[in-house]
Amino acid sequence: MHALVFIKQVPDASQVRVNYETGTLIREGVPAILNPFEAHAVEEAVRLREEYGGKVTVITMGPPQATEALKECLSRGADKAYLLSDRVFAGSDTLATSYALYEGARKVIELEGEVDLFFAGKQAIDGDTAQTGPGIATRFDIPLVTYLMKLDNVDFDKKQALATRLTEFGQETLQVPLPAFFTVEETLNELSHAPLPWLIKAAKTKIEMLSSENVNLDREQCGLRHSPTKVKKAFTPEKRQRGETLTGSVEELSQKTSHILIPFLKKD
Amino acid sequence: MSSKLKYDVIIVGAGPAGLSAAIVLAKAGVKVIVLERGKFPGSKNVMGGVFYSDCMKDVVDEFPGKAPVERHIIDQRMWILDAHSSVGFNHKNELFNEKPYNCHTVFRAKFDRWLAGEAEKAGALIINNTVVRAPLMENGKVIGVKTDRPQGDVFANCVIASDGVNSLFAKAMGLRKKIKPESVAIAVKEVIGLDENVINDRFNIKGDEGVTIEMTGSYFNGETMAFLYTNKKSVSLGVGMVLKDVLKNKLNPNDLIEQLKKHPSVAPLIEGGETKEFLAHLIPEGGYKEMPKLVGNGVMIAGDSAMMVDAIHREGSNLAITSGKFAAETYLEAAKKGDFSEKSLSLYVTKLQNSFVLKDLKKYKGVPDLLQTNKRLLQQYPKLLNQAAFEMLNVDGVPIKDKEKLIWKSVKKEIGIGHLVKDLFKLWRNMA
Amino acid sequence: MAKVNELTEKEKEALSLYKNIWVFVEQTGGVAHSVSFELLTKARELADKLGCQVGAVSIGKSVSHLAKEAFRFGADMFYIIEEDVFKDYRTEPFRDALSGLVRKYKPEIFLIGATTQGRDLSGTVATELRTGLTADTTKQEIDPETGNLMMTRPTFGGSLMATIICPKDRPQMSTVRPGVFKAVPVEQPKEGEIIREKTNITEDQIVKKILKKVVSSEGNINLGFYDVIVAGGKGMGNKENFNMIKELAALLGGTWAGSRKAVELGYVPQSRQVGQTGQTVHSKLYIACGISGAIQHLVGMQTSDIIISINVDEEAPVFDVSTYCIVEDAIKFVPRLISELKEQKLTPVKNEQ
Ligand SMILES: Cc1cc2nc3c(=O)[nH]c(=O)nc-3n(C[C@H](O)[C@H](O)[C@H](O)COP(=O)(O)OP(=O)(O)OC[C@H]3O[C@@H](n4cnc5c(N)ncnc54)[C@H](O)[C@@H]3O)c2cc1C
Ligand SMILES: Cc1cc2nc3c(=O)[nH]c(=O)nc-3n(C[C@H](O)[C@H](O)[C@H](O)COP(=O)(O)OP(=O)(O)OC[C@H]3O[C@@H](n4cnc5c(N)ncnc54)[C@H](O)[C@@H]3O)c2cc1C
Ligand SMILES: Nc1ncnc2c1ncn2[C@@H]1O[C@H](COP(=O)(O)O)[C@@H](O)[C@H]1O
Repeated sequence: MHALVFIKQVPDASQVRVNYETGTLIREGVPAILNPFEAHAVEEAVRLREEYGGKVTVITMGPPQATEALKECLSRGADKAYLLSDRVFAGSDTLATSYALYEGARKVIELEGEVDLFFAGKQAIDGDTAQTGPGIATRFDIPLVTYLMKLDNVDFDKKQALATRLTEFGQETLQVPLPAFFTVEETLNELSHAPLPWLIKAAKTKIEMLSSENVNLDREQCGLRHSPTKVKKAFTPEKRQRGETLTGSVEELSQKTSHILIPFLKKD
Repeated sequence: MSSKLKYDVIIVGAGPAGLSAAIVLAKAGVKVIVLERGKFPGSKNVMGGVFYSDCMKDVVDEFPGKAPVERHIIDQRMWILDAHSSVGFNHKNELFNEKPYNCHTVFRAKFDRWLAGEAEKAGALIINNTVVRAPLMENGKVIGVKTDRPQGDVFANCVIASDGVNSLFAKAMGLRKKIKPESVAIAVKEVIGLDENVINDRFNIKGDEGVTIEMTGSYFNGETMAFLYTNKKSVSLGVGMVLKDVLKNKLNPNDLIEQLKKHPSVAPLIEGGETKEFLAHLIPEGGYKEMPKLVGNGVMIAGDSAMMVDAIHREGSNLAITSGKFAAETYLEAAKKGDFSEKSLSLYVTKLQNSFVLKDLKKYKGVPDLLQTNKRLLQQYPKLLNQAAFEMLNVDGVPIKDKEKLIWKSVKKEIGIGHLVKDLFKLWRNMA
Repeated sequence: MAKVNELTEKEKEALSLYKNIWVFVEQTGGVAHSVSFELLTKARELADKLGCQVGAVSIGKSVSHLAKEAFRFGADMFYIIEEDVFKDYRTEPFRDALSGLVRKYKPEIFLIGATTQGRDLSGTVATELRTGLTADTTKQEIDPETGNLMMTRPTFGGSLMATIICPKDRPQMSTVRPGVFKAVPVEQPKEGEIIREKTNITEDQIVKKILKKVVSSEGNINLGFYDVIVAGGKGMGNKENFNMIKELAALLGGTWAGSRKAVELGYVPQSRQVGQTGQTVHSKLYIACGISGAIQHLVGMQTSDIIISINVDEEAPVFDVSTYCIVEDAIKFVPRLISELKEQKLTPVKNEQ
């Protein structure tokens, strides 16, 4: 079994603050973390490896600091980690990102062997686009399962698995042939505490570097220049102000509140 | 078990003590593993913090070199605060502008991470996110540690416990008694962001020069010490108080820091700043008398876990570095003989005794008690001192001579001459 | 920024081949998702500015009946693919069918609902077409100078808004959050044109098989669907107390939800968690009971129109985003409010759709 997990390092969105005077984000001092969904993706891949043998590889496209997030994945049990880092990728939108990651993944396959299961997070908490995973899957032209909640009966002989995904109105269980691409929900599994030998192994594992030097890239599809979408402007939303504080006894408060609720209600 | 995890030395805690030991050992080719509970070294560490350079001599080739230091200190101020006023003295010296600099302000999160990088470069293995739960013992000898991770037992010839003030290890080993509430201070600290030029203007410094201000006085009811240190683009403002007082008087350190921020002597220095970080930590202030036994069979205790803090000079990190270094050197000697017994490792204690670490700690051994038992020192004198200064400096037509009389009168009323003389004598004996 | 306007003649020519605004009419079992009509209304408004037409697109087993509804909300054309293989939504066949239609008819703008299905589909279609996609937008305008679509969306969990354009590639695709725009039927719906297309996709070409579908069980709910949400946090104290949350939600014609702590404590299923790692909602009314308002929770609900918060701690951060702040014990207040509503015989206003 070989699983490849696409992981992203993101600023901890909860600690990003806004400077309302300048209308910009204060990112200084905001810790970078592993996008929370990917921890679950790695967990799932590692569980499969523990059950069936094989290996788990992780890859990210990002600046050199993103090695921190890769190391965390190694500590969670991944076997190999690739950092795709190059100036040409600067300013990529999701189309350009999925292209770069597709080419990076192809290189990984060349070096590490065919992949049975591809995983990505449901979405990244900085951009919230949820497009990168579907984009990579499309380029590989393999089945895509988004919002994965459960993965059962993974059969590497028959090359298929049962995947349960969240839908608008409930859930559905799909039979998917492998290789397939999954974007995962947090509910997929519970994170576990990795054994110490994994951490020791992780500390000794070198991060493999990928760039335009060793990956076959069409520069015409990379970076800001070749991203179809452009940010025309960025601004901070109007800060919500603390509204009216209602006062009075519980009775008075509920009366006042029921008046506020009038637009949502009618007399029977 | 076939895949037993075995190293020459296990170091518990990646603070200054553990990391300096790791560097010295790894450089000598010793197989060393450092186990750290935080997400990365420094992630849980807090310090004022002024870091003295001298101790780094035999640890890294060049200091500060590429180390992440903030400002080198050229001006040290000591303030005694009253409700609306302060008296103080300072020592500013051009000599402090000469390299190598005497001390720097540092951020521990960055500093420890850098030091850990140096340890890794030297060949030490650093494992984060792992809590050491207990020593592994065999025939009265430490043979390794138990961690909170599955398959988490690690074995070694020797363990260096440098797990900080709450040292689980020293406790579990029975080397240390439970820390008394009077032997530990709780410190809270805020990092307040300010423009670099604003800092330089307000503190009358330039470039990378820095200032430290230590504060005490009746303003705090005498329970507390406070500090304000300059970083490159921020100042660190902190308040520390002995846990016993916190418990007894139901003090809230956060309230004290808020109060301090409004003090007329402090407020203008931090005006317009934005709080960027808020941290809290314990400082072991028991001093020499509360120190644990420093060695056992297969184990040495270093840094804060051994109560190696000089509360008077707010030194700790340098004692930690030095003790870590000594522990490493002791191991290297012991390894030559292949003997890691308590007797063999007692060289560590000798090294400490011959250095400033134990000499200083011994010298000030009475201070923590003195400050605890004699509240006058911190409560009444500062008030009088401020009153005195006001009377002397306030030009109001009263002759100086009369003013002196006035001051003396209030001294007599509030304390009594006998006490004053005794107190001053005691203080002098302990500090000088 | 001027550069983006500087298209070469060849580029301009290529772009001029694209016309009209399309809306994907999402349906499940023949029932259209309300966001589709919201988007048609918006598309109508944009098309009138651009002087072009609105096309509604639907793919399914039996979806002809949706044409009339699409025209009612302003569509000029209804593109339809009706084949057995499209009975249930599956990414790949829908992607291929939809990409085929776009390639053939070349819409300039393509709007899709930011639903689970819409987000699954749009990413793959945009990649297939190698065009830009702006996800989860909350505002759509036409740049009067260039005629480009300006798509505004929140990022960083709502801390920052970004206006995004797609100047050189077509169609300009974006997904739009449900509930952002209002669906308004046009005054005089026309009898639009129905354009039928066929694919040659067969069932045996489709590798993914749906084995089981569970509809709206307790384990699953799309909170984004609801105008009114009553949420409880750790401050509700225990699971039983959530009965009052449920009752209030029912009285208001909405649904109930919770904070992550409420989930962790077992008061609420994870499927009803609001926030960064739960669902993002933009309800018309959000009532937060015993929720402190950690940023991870706020990012999931702070774009709601009216927020009423009940918390014993007057400094709770949730109040900073609340329209009405009630400093009170929720366990006393909520039952009182319920009886108040019952006494006054107030029942929910029926939803238009
Ligand atoms: C507010 C404040 C201001 C100070 N100001 C100064 C100053 O200006 N100058 C100065 O020199 N000193 C100062 N000190 C003191 C100084 O910070 C300490 O003396 C110094 O950090 C001690 O280093 P250490 O390595 O012994 O312990 P620590 O720095 O506490 O490191 C211990 C490490 O062990 C880890 N650990 C703990 N338990 C476990 C476990 N069970 N398993 C694994 N890992 C564990 C911790 O996470 C930590 O990384 C100050 C302290 C405080 C709190
Ligand atoms: C990576 C990450 C992702 C996260 N994602 C989410 C997420 O998606 N959603 C989410 O909600 N959280 C999330 N969290 C957790 C979040 O940080 C908070 O811990 C959580 O939202 C707190 O839930 P709470 O408000 O119910 O509980 P608390 O913070 O404990 O607050 C309880 C509140 O109830 C009040 N209270 C107590 N009793 C009463 C009473 N009788 N009447 C009225 N008020 C009362 C208290 O004053 C208090 O304000 C995430 C955290 C992390 C680190
Ligand atoms: N730069 C990147 N490197 C690796 N994986 C990424 C990157 N960007 C996005 N992803 C993956 O795609 C998922 C969705 O991201 P997004 O489309 O940005 O919401 C993330 O959760 C990651 O798994």
